[in-house]
Amino acid sequence: MNEVDKKLLHEIVDDDVEKTEVYNIRKNGQCIGRKSNPYIDIISKEDGKGIDVYVKENTLFGIVHIPVIITESGLTDVVYNDFHIGKNSNIVIISGCGVHNDHNKNSTHDGIHRFYIEENAKVKYVEKHYGEGEGTGKRILNPVTEIYMKPSSHMTIDTVQIKGVDSAKRKTYAKLEENSTLVITEKVMTHGKQKAITDFKVKLKGKNASTHVTSRSVATEDSYQEFSSNIIGKTKCYAHVECDAILKDHGRVKAIPEIYAKDVEANLIHEAAIGKIAGEQLMKLMSLGLTKTEAEEAIIQGFLK
Amino acid sequence: MLELKDICFERDNKKILDHINLVLEKNKFYVITGPNGSGKSTLVKIMMGIEKPDSGQIIFDGKDITHLSVDERAQLGFGFAFQQPVLFKGITVFDLLKIAVGKDIHEEEALNLLKKVGIRTKDYLKREVNRSLSGGELKRIEIATVLARNPYVTIFDEPEAGIDLWSFQSLTEVFREIESTSNGITLVISHQERILNIADQIILLEKGKIKQIGNQKEMINIIFKDSNNVEE
Repeated sequence: MNEVDKKLLHEIVDDDVEKTEVYNIRKNGQCIGRKSNPYIDIISKEDGKGIDVYVKENTLFGIVHIPVIITESGLTDVVYNDFHIGKNSNIVIISGCGVHNDHNKNSTHDGIHRFYIEENAKVKYVEKHYGEGEGTGKRILNPVTEIYMKPSSHMTIDTVQIKGVDSAKRKTYAKLEENSTLVITEKVMTHGKQKAITDFKVKLKGKNASTHVTSRSVATEDSYQEFSSNIIGKTKCYAHVECDAILKDHGRVKAIPEIYAKDVEANLIHEAAIGKIAGEQLMKLMSLGLTKTEAEEAIIQGFLK
Repeated sequence: MLELKDICFERDNKKILDHINLVLEKNKFYVITGPNGSGKSTLVKIMMGIEKPDSGQIIFDGKDITHLSVDERAQLGFGFAFQQPVLFKGITVFDLLKIAVGKDIHEEEALNLLKKVGIRTKDYLKREVNRSLSGGELKRIEIATVLARNPYVTIFDEPEAGIDLWSFQSLTEVFREIESTSNGITLVISHQERILNIADQIILLEKGKIKQIGNQKEMINIIFKDSNNVEE
């Protein structure tokens, strides 16, 4: 790995990946490093288009890093990663994609991640997207996350996109069986002419399944964001979707809520608030000595924290 | 010294402040009182720069600050506790105290600031400044952020509004402490006798004009003789 690779990795994953216990590093469509352990196995798919991650039953406190970096301008990298999470396991998966593009061709990464979570398993999935480089070629990311949750399983997803991604279409589809819980937190900040589109579709199929989706976004300059959520409750279940967005400059945000209760016991809530930074928030921080610009930064930093 | 010269403020063809002239001296604790709609909050907001007067001047230690912004006045030593504490998303009590102090501080230092307003549990530092805190807690945190700056001109806009009795008693103690230790100007909007009792000077506002200014004893007699002048 050269210095650009290391910097990209550092932006998307805090840890020194190669010193971690289980990892798979993908660069420009190729695996450049992998390590498994007796409890978590990473295997290449036969067609070479991705990996299968197998987590054995009862595996506790496992951490898997699967970062992707792209430094080749003009590359379209499509990868299919499947995660098979065994019963009663408790695991953290740290993912993300960093794109460095110094040229004029677009660099694209389409990561399709499928999670098969067995009974009573717990997964925390952290995903960070980042772009950099001086070229006119766009940095494009289209992550797709499919989640199939067996009874009493639990999954937390933290998604962050703060800087440098010109276009992102993020799709998350989930099916939850009884007593399973899915908690999703998304934080997106866009600048310039960037575009970020998020599409959540969650089906609460099992009794007492629940989901909590929180989206916090900041659209600045001429950027555009779209947040679409579609929650279907088929039985006694609970869903809470919260979409908060701050607009700056000429930023635009569209929120498209859809909740569909197919059972009298389904309890589905959607809240959305879009607007500029509240004047009283600015006044409060300015009364503590911050300039207007510093106050705006502090409010946005807190909002996306 | 803070001097307001002929301040006028009008909204929707209604005079909110009508030729206000006022001199506030250092080492003094002032309470502004008066009925609802008398212009009390507008007056203190104009002092802080949150509102701009239509006419008139504000002179602070000989310098015309009429056109200075809120942050510029904060830098000069003005502090302002809002009547309705401002809520944030993602900003914790600790974050807000660090902003108030103007530098990175340790948790112990932040906790000491909270102790001044009767909050003694470290857990509060991690709490977000939002509706998960009660009205009394928010108000005390609001006051802690102002005290953290150790301002020279400290303004409290109706600190008793929306708080429980226990919090109010604790606030009264805070004001007694300020009154006995502050070398600057303290200005509190209040209707509460316990706070009026702390004042060196009481300013009675009515219909956008200063009806009377005087020391605590004479003003309390006047105010409570005609209770219609004061909101209960």
